[in-house]
Amino acid sequence: MNKFLLPLGIFIVLVALLAVGLNLNPREVPSPLVGKPAPAFTVPQLHEPEKTFSPKDMLGKVWLFNVWASWCVSCREEHPILVEFARTGMVPIVGLDYKDKRADGQRWLARFGNPYQIVPFDADGRVGIDYGVYGVPETYLIDKAGVIRFKQIGPVTPEVLEKKIIPLVQELNK
Amino acid sequence: MKRLLALVPAALLSFSLLANEAAPLAEDPVVEQRLVHIAGELRCLVCQNESLAGSQADLAKDLRREVRGLIKEGKSDEEVKDFLVSRYGDFVLYRPQVKPETYLLWGGPFILLVAGIIALVSYLRRRNRLVPDTPLTEEEKKRAADLLKADS
Amino acid sequence: MTPELGHFALILSLWVALAQGVLPLVGAQRSQPQWIAIARPATTASFLLVAIAFACLTWSFYINDFSIAYVAAHSNTQLPTMYRISAVWGGHEGSLLLWVLMLAGWAQAVALFSRQLPDAMVARVLGVLGLVMFGLLAFVLLTSNPFERLLPAAEEGRSLNPLLQDPGLVYHPPMLYMGYVGMSVAFAFAIAALLAGQLDAAWARWSRPWTTVAWIFLTLGIALGSWWAYYELGWGGWWFWDPVENASFMPWLVATALIHSLAVTEKRGSFKNWTVLLAIAAFSLSLLGTFLVRSGVLTSVHAFATDPRRGIFILILLAIVVGSSLLLFALRAPKVSLGGRFSLLSRETLLLVNNVLLVVACGAVLLGTLYPLIIDALGLGKLSVGPPYFNAVFVPIMLPLLVLVAAGPIARWKQAELGDIVRRLWPAAVVALLAGIALPMLAGEWHGYVALALALAAWIIAAIVLQAIQRLKTGNPPPSWWGMQIAHFGLAAFVIGVAMVGSYEEERDVRMSPGETVTVGGHTFKFLGVEDVRGPNYTAARGSFELSKDGKMLRILHPEKRNYDSSAMPMTEAAIDAGLTRDVYVSLGEPLEGAAWAVRVYFKPFVDWIWGGCLLMSLGGLVAAADRRYRLKARTATKTVATGAMAA
Repeated sequence: MNKFLLPLGIFIVLVALLAVGLNLNPREVPSPLVGKPAPAFTVPQLHEPEKTFSPKDMLGKVWLFNVWASWCVSCREEHPILVEFARTGMVPIVGLDYKDKRADGQRWLARFGNPYQIVPFDADGRVGIDYGVYGVPETYLIDKAGVIRFKQIGPVTPEVLEKKIIPLVQELNK
Repeated sequence: MKRLLALVPAALLSFSLLANEAAPLAEDPVVEQRLVHIAGELRCLVCQNESLAGSQADLAKDLRREVRGLIKEGKSDEEVKDFLVSRYGDFVLYRPQVKPETYLLWGGPFILLVAGIIALVSYLRRRNRLVPDTPLTEEEKKRAADLLKADS
Repeated sequence: MTPELGHFALILSLWVALAQGVLPLVGAQRSQPQWIAIARPATTASFLLVAIAFACLTWSFYINDFSIAYVAAHSNTQLPTMYRISAVWGGHEGSLLLWVLMLAGWAQAVALFSRQLPDAMVARVLGVLGLVMFGLLAFVLLTSNPFERLLPAAEEGRSLNPLLQDPGLVYHPPMLYMGYVGMSVAFAFAIAALLAGQLDAAWARWSRPWTTVAWIFLTLGIALGSWWAYYELGWGGWWFWDPVENASFMPWLVATALIHSLAVTEKRGSFKNWTVLLAIAAFSLSLLGTFLVRSGVLTSVHAFATDPRRGIFILILLAIVVGSSLLLFALRAPKVSLGGRFSLLSRETLLLVNNVLLVVACGAVLLGTLYPLIIDALGLGKLSVGPPYFNAVFVPIMLPLLVLVAAGPIARWKQAELGDIVRRLWPAAVVALLAGIALPMLAGEWHGYVALALALAAWIIAAIVLQAIQRLKTGNPPPSWWGMQIAHFGLAAFVIGVAMVGSYEEERDVRMSPGETVTVGGHTFKFLGVEDVRGPNYTAARGSFELSKDGKMLRILHPEKRNYDSSAMPMTEAAIDAGLTRDVYVSLGEPLEGAAWAVRVYFKPFVDWIWGGCLLMSLGGLVAAADRRYRLKARTATKTVATGAMAA
């Protein structure tokens, strides 16, 4: 009797696995960079091309690094939330304009608001690759020592802001 | 006349070229071949069901450009893969690395095979003990022979 | 009006299926003839009702009724008629309805062609099928109703994904589902036998033709899908170990093991538990595949749009159907007799080894397919398992199987002698060795992998020829023998195709201006130019290439780059010149400066042997299933059973 129950036993384990799987998202690719130093780069800024930006400019501060583009539809969803959040002044937001045209990026910010302290301009996407960006928008929370502590894939929602980002900012600022 | 004569070498030249052989699309076919080989084992992160070699997504084109650059710098296949894994994680590899998390994956089929063979052999041995051998009796042999004769 | 009719027919069919499921099963258990007699009429009724529903949906597509959400999502007025109709199964709801239609169709076929079976047995088989149908119809009606209205109705539909606008869509899903769903019949026979406590050689003989026919459809369905991907996707691959492809391949592997196991149970009365378990496993894998495709648990190019509710429902259905079957198996299996004795070297043993290899291969594919999910569920991160893994793991398991394919049919039942096998097969071994050494060198470079594959294929073919020569001396063998040899030959052809294409294919990526040429595999392409053309629902850049070999012009090929009206995504339509020993393939890339284009050309030696091999395997199955011995009438059956009982 025992050995004939083996197929049923194996099947039950399989069903349990599949049930857990229903709650997971197989398309999401978490970042291996969380807990590692933010990759270095130097790129010109969107509005003032003669000025540059580098993550080491932000050392000593906790900051939000948001990757966006004027051609990105989902970015429009999260933008008002970022604009609102920037008004609280809780944490500086740097917005990387990814694989965009200068004029388009500037126009987009003029139209939808600019929550960013600085807007670095990543014309060919190299910075995005170094940060493991595979679909805009993506947002990183970086601490005072320049280490990435959190990555949000997809638009920042009020829930993510409330439950993940703000508590972490407060903790990192202590 | 001089002009016509000047044309003759040109005419001869065009006949000696058998046909116009098309140039490879890639700048450097050797690098390209390595690229295709490496990128074939990498996963496109955008479409997620194509390899990096075949995908037409923007990110895939950018990543191929990066890989080409790395190959030209003389990086090995391992180094190229490390470059991508450090940015995107293990997800980007179609051939899972052999490490503790994947011991079961790589070892599994072999273990299954060995277990299957062992189970088979022990099943056969046990079976031959349990199932009695029932040779035909003389009468049954005669009946079988009659049946076979009747059929043919 | 039509959608409401269809919807109503579906609701009715739900309850008829329930009746078809419960009443005959209870009737057979309690030996009540009136309830047993309900089985066939109920089956016909449920089949007709589902057919009416399907016809209503098809009609709605045909007349472009965009007041139905599903029609509006998958079709539009510009779509050619052929695709408007096949769009019925282009999405989740419609393809699921097709699934149910196939199930009802198979049940109806069983009801029609089972006059020689005992009524109680038929009642049980149809009852099990009825219960499964009830579960699926509940799934359709509760979560995936194809008749849901879209109010206000859309002006124009969204149209079918351009990748699906191809004859492949017309044939591949129906063929695949016929096979996939057909495994339910073998499953129903197995459950019926367990319920009746009657697992014997007769049951195997009844079950065998149904299983073989379903296997044939599954083989053809998978082969069609592979061929379609090859010519449609434009880069020459034919199998990607994509989760959904694996979902159809796993039932195939188990079904192949099942066919061989049924042969033994029928002829020798052995392996009964094993055969029943395989029958349950084959259909379980079909259901699992249905779950994987529609639940969003794995990423796949084939996956339908997902909804967590649907995933939960199918999982529950899967748990109930398979769980109760395996429980029944655990309860009844110990009481099943073991059958005749056989020695360690015998055809029985070789077939058992064959089955172990097929099941292990299936297990390996399942492990690789589900592993990303396992790792994610355990919180260990995300990884991918792709073709490099599957090729590395699957091929070594299959190699010993190829060796057995030649030896199995020669080994005697019950007790084979090694000396006898060697004596009959040594010429085949010599041929194999020569083939392995010589053929790769003729084709190009000598590679170990190709040599091994060609040697094994030659081994199988030579063994078939030897057997044929010997067997034909003593009269004409029955169709089932021919079927086996044809199918095994098909397998060898398949191996040849895979090996040759894998090792000797060539590809060139070039920039071409009109007048320029490129040569690949001895074939020369001359680019003539590109012109703009207009199709029914697309505009295209149509290239012209002159194909020639050894200076002789063969034909002109016209690859296209299409822009469908309804999609921003450009589609590549490759042009292929197919031949017995090779395909040459040209596809357009991007337009470059001037009149130049990026062009890709391929030389694919023996690639059509891959699908030709599958076709031969199906043909072999057909020839075997057509064997008259499976269609003996009731009175002759009694006589055969009686004589069988005496000889046992």
